[in-house]
Amino acid sequence: MKFDTPATTNPIDQLKVIGKPTDRIDGPHKTTGTARYAYEHHEEVPNAVYGHVIGAAIAKGRIASIDLSAAKAAPGVLGIVTAENAGKLGKGEFNTAKLLGGPAIDHYHQAIALVVAQTFEQAVAAAQLVRVKYERSEGKFDLAAVKDTGVKPKPGLGGASDTAVGDFAGAFAAAPMQFDATYTTPDQSHAMIEPHASIAKWEGDKLTVWTSNQMIAWSVGDLAKTLGIPKENVRLISPYIGGGFGGKLFLRADALLAALGARAVRRPVKVALHRPLVTNNTTHRPATIQRIRFGATKDGKLTAIGHESWSGDLPEGAPETAVGQTRLLYAGANRMTAMRLAVLDLPEGNAMRAPGEAPGLMALEIAMDEMAEKLGLDPIKFRILNDTQVDPEKPERPFSQRNLTECLRTGAEKFGWKQRNPKPAQTRDGRWMIGTGVAAAFRNSLSMKSAARVRLDNRGMVTVETDMTDIGTGSYTIIAQTAAEMMGVPLAQVVVKLGDSQFPVSCGSGGQWGAHNSTGGVFAACTKLREAVAKKLGLDAKTAVFADGHVSAGGRSVPLGQAAGPAGLVAEDAIEYGDLDKKSQLSTFGAHFVEVGVNAATGETRIRRMLAVCAAGRILNPKSARSQVIGAMTMGAGAALMEELAVDKRAGFFVNHDLAGYEVPVHADIPHQEVIFLDETDPMSSPMKAKGVGELGICGVAAAVANAIYHATGARVRDYPITLDKLLGHLPPVA
Amino acid sequence: MKNLHEPDQMRGDFELTRREFIVAGTAAVALTALPGVGRAQPAATTSQSALPLTKVSFNVNGKLRELELDSRTTLLDALREHLHLTGTKKGCDHGQCGACTVHIGERRMNSCLTLAVMQQGASVTTIEGLGTPENLHPMQAAFVKHDGYQCGYCTSGQICSAVAMLREIKAGIPCHVTSDLTARPQLTAAEIRERMSGNLCRCGAYANIVDAITEVGGKSA
Repeated sequence: MKFDTPATTNPIDQLKVIGKPTDRIDGPHKTTGTARYAYEHHEEVPNAVYGHVIGAAIAKGRIASIDLSAAKAAPGVLGIVTAENAGKLGKGEFNTAKLLGGPAIDHYHQAIALVVAQTFEQAVAAAQLVRVKYERSEGKFDLAAVKDTGVKPKPGLGGASDTAVGDFAGAFAAAPMQFDATYTTPDQSHAMIEPHASIAKWEGDKLTVWTSNQMIAWSVGDLAKTLGIPKENVRLISPYIGGGFGGKLFLRADALLAALGARAVRRPVKVALHRPLVTNNTTHRPATIQRIRFGATKDGKLTAIGHESWSGDLPEGAPETAVGQTRLLYAGANRMTAMRLAVLDLPEGNAMRAPGEAPGLMALEIAMDEMAEKLGLDPIKFRILNDTQVDPEKPERPFSQRNLTECLRTGAEKFGWKQRNPKPAQTRDGRWMIGTGVAAAFRNSLSMKSAARVRLDNRGMVTVETDMTDIGTGSYTIIAQTAAEMMGVPLAQVVVKLGDSQFPVSCGSGGQWGAHNSTGGVFAACTKLREAVAKKLGLDAKTAVFADGHVSAGGRSVPLGQAAGPAGLVAEDAIEYGDLDKKSQLSTFGAHFVEVGVNAATGETRIRRMLAVCAAGRILNPKSARSQVIGAMTMGAGAALMEELAVDKRAGFFVNHDLAGYEVPVHADIPHQEVIFLDETDPMSSPMKAKGVGELGICGVAAAVANAIYHATGARVRDYPITLDKLLGHLPPVA
Repeated sequence: MKNLHEPDQMRGDFELTRREFIVAGTAAVALTALPGVGRAQPAATTSQSALPLTKVSFNVNGKLRELELDSRTTLLDALREHLHLTGTKKGCDHGQCGACTVHIGERRMNSCLTLAVMQQGASVTTIEGLGTPENLHPMQAAFVKHDGYQCGYCTSGQICSAVAMLREIKAGIPCHVTSDLTARPQLTAAEIRERMSGNLCRCGAYANIVDAITEVGGKSA
C-alpha cells in the first residue's frame, strides 16, 4: 500500500480498540517470568554450551601475541575463537569498529576472543588463563582537546553537516539583545537491564540466532555480511528484548561470536556480554560541546539563531547530530547550524534514545531559558513568541501538525505556572530551595516502510506476523489493537508474532518510528485481508463492514471463521511512503515541566514533580504510550542529574562500566509523573494518523530540570550532569 | 567467584598504568589482560578433568530439587541454567541491578550474590512460584493493570522484591526514610521508593510500579 495522499476516514477511526488504554497482551508473560528472552531458549536449544567474551585491555594498538595454551587445557574448554582462527570476516554496514578485534585493536573492551566451554563457570575460569601481550599506541580520548581538529561529517540521518539561512553573522552582530554560551553533555550509556545476548545454532550452512535485537533485517544483513554467507542462510529470532534504547539497533559481538563459536565447536553456543563489558564493548551516546548564539529584538523576537556542535567518534564514525532540532524549532530569519566530528579512539559512538535531539535540547532549552531571562520575558511566553508553523529553513514547507504552543499553555495551566515567582532563589521549603523549570520537547517523526502478514483461520482467529520488535514499547499490543480494529474482532481473537526474520520485514524499533509505521504495515496487510474475505464471499469490499467477528454487506452477514474456511486466508502487504514527509515536516512536540528542591547546604537535587504534555498525533494505546513517556522522563532525569560515562583520558576507556558506577535513576529518584496527550490526529503521517512518542518523552527533560535548578538556586550550570559539586560554591549563603 | 573475572581485568588496566614508564607507541607494552597470576591454575596432569561436583538440594517453588553443581555456580545460574527457571533474570551478575531477586524463605535476596551450594536446605521462591499467566499473584496482576513494566526484564525482580518488601513493612522493619523508628512504618510512596531502590528499571516504570505496590499493599494491609 502506497501512502502518498493524506489519510481520509478509514476503519481505524472507529476507535473501538485503537485509542483505548489497553493492558499489554504480553503482560501476563512478562510478569510471570514466562516471556523468553535471548539467553533463555532451553526448549529450542537444549544442548547449548557457553561462550565467554574477552575484551581488549588497551584502547588502541595491536595484539602482539595471545597464548591460549593454558586456557585450552582448562577443564571443560571446547574451543577458543580469536581473529587468528575465525576465518575471514567482513564488517557490517552499521558497525564502525570490527566486532572481533585483532591483531589491530580499535577500542577498549573490543572483543578479542571467545572461550567456549561445557559450562558457564568453566568458560569464565578458562578466560582468565588467556595471556595477551599488547603493543599499545597513542590514542585520542579527550573531546575538548581534539575539538578543533573536527571536520565536516558526511550527510547522514541527521541531515547536512551545515545549514545557513540569511545572514547570521550580520544579524547577530546587529541584534540589540545577544546571547552566546557553550554547553557540554557527557558520554552516556544505554544501560539496558538485559545485557546483549545470543544463542547460535548451525544446521549445515544455515544459521539460527536467538538474540536481543531491535532491527531484525539490519542485523540479518550484517551478520551475513560479516560471516561472508548469503543472508538467506541467516535467521534471527528476537521475540522479547530486555531494553535497547538504541544499544541493540545493530549486530553486536555476542551474536557474531556465538555464531563463530558454534561453528568452531560444532555445538550451539550461548553468549551474554558480562555486564562490565557492555559499556565499552558496545555503543554509547557520544559527548558533545555545543555553542549557542541568539540575537533578538528588545521585545523578544529572535533574529539570529546559531547552534554549533562538536563530537567525536572512531574513524569512519558519525557525529552526534545535536543541532538537528534547532533547524526546525524556533522562527528567526537569520540562522546557522554546524556539526564537526573529531576522531576519538574511545568505544564506538552511536544512537541512544533520541540521538541528536536529546543532547541538542539539553543545551538549546537551557539557552532559551537564559535568553528569556535576559529579555525579561517569561520563558513560556518567549517560546510562544518565537513559535513557527513552517520549517524555518524552508518556509514553503509547513509542519503537518504543530501544537507546541498548546502544549506549553496546557502544561502551564496544569502545573500552576502562574503562581511562579520569576526571580530565582526565592522559594524555600525548610532546608530545600524550590524551583520550577520548563522546556520544549521536539522530535521528528520518520516514515519507514513496514510489512506484515495476516492470517485468518476457520475459528475467526487473526494472526499477525512481522519482524517488528517489542523492546518494551508495547508493539505487541498496538499491533493486536490495529488488527482487531481492522478485522472487527475482539483483542482476544488476535495473536501477534514478532521478531523473527522469517516474517515480513518491518520498520523495526528505533528513532520512535516503530508505532505508526509497524501498525501502518499491519493496516495495509489487514486491508488486503479484508479484500480477500470479501472477494471469497462475493461481497463488495468497499462497503463490507467488519464488526463483531462478522463481515456484512448487502444484507448478508457471515462469521469471519466461516469466510476463512478450513484452508484459512492469508494476506501480506507493506506500507510504503510517497513524498508527504518531504512536502510537509512531520514532527512531534511537547512541553516538560519540572519542580525540584535543592538542598541549601549540600546542593543535593531532588525532583519533586514532573509533567509532560505531548502532541504526537493519535495515541494508539494511551496506557503504554504514557509509560513510554514517563520512562523517557526518567531517563531525562538521569541525564540531568547523574548519568555520565567517566573517561579515563590516559588509558582511553569508560571507567564506570557497570550499573553501580554508571548511575541511573532508581525508585527513590523519581516522583509521581504526569503525562497529558493532546487530542490530535495527523493524516499526513500514516493511515493510523499516529506518530512516535517514545523519544519525544526524553527530549527537553534534562533542560527543564536544569532550568528548575537555576530557578531554585540562582546557580546556572551548563555542563551536564548537574551534580552537587557543580552547585556547591554557587549557592546562596546558608543562613 | 565468578565476579573475580572483572577485577582481574581491572587489575590489567592498573598494570598498564604502572607500566606507562615505557613510552607508549614506540615500545611494546607487555601485560596480561587476564593474568590469573597467583590464582590456582590447573596443573598439567589435571587438565581437562573437571572439578568434582557438589551435591546440593533445596526447595524451589514447593518442589524439592537435587542438583550436582560446580561449586562456583551461583543460585541464579542454578535456577536459570540447571533448573531452566529463566523467569529470574541476570542483569549484572554483581548485585547491582536487582533483576535476579528471589525469596529465600520469606526474605528477598539477589540470587547472583549467593552460591547455590550455600542454599542447602533453603526454601526458594522465584517469580514462577508466585503465579502463572492463568493464575496471577495479586502483585503480578497489579503490575499488568498499572503497566508497571515495559521491556519486562527487571520485572521478575521488581515483583519478587515488592512482595517481600510489603512483608518487611508489615513486620515493622524501618528503612532509611522512616522518620519515627519507634512507630510502625507506613505504606507511603516514600517508603516504597526507598525500599525498592535496589531494583533498577531502565525503562523507567517506577511511577507505575509504585502505583501497583500501593494498590496491593493497601488491600493486604
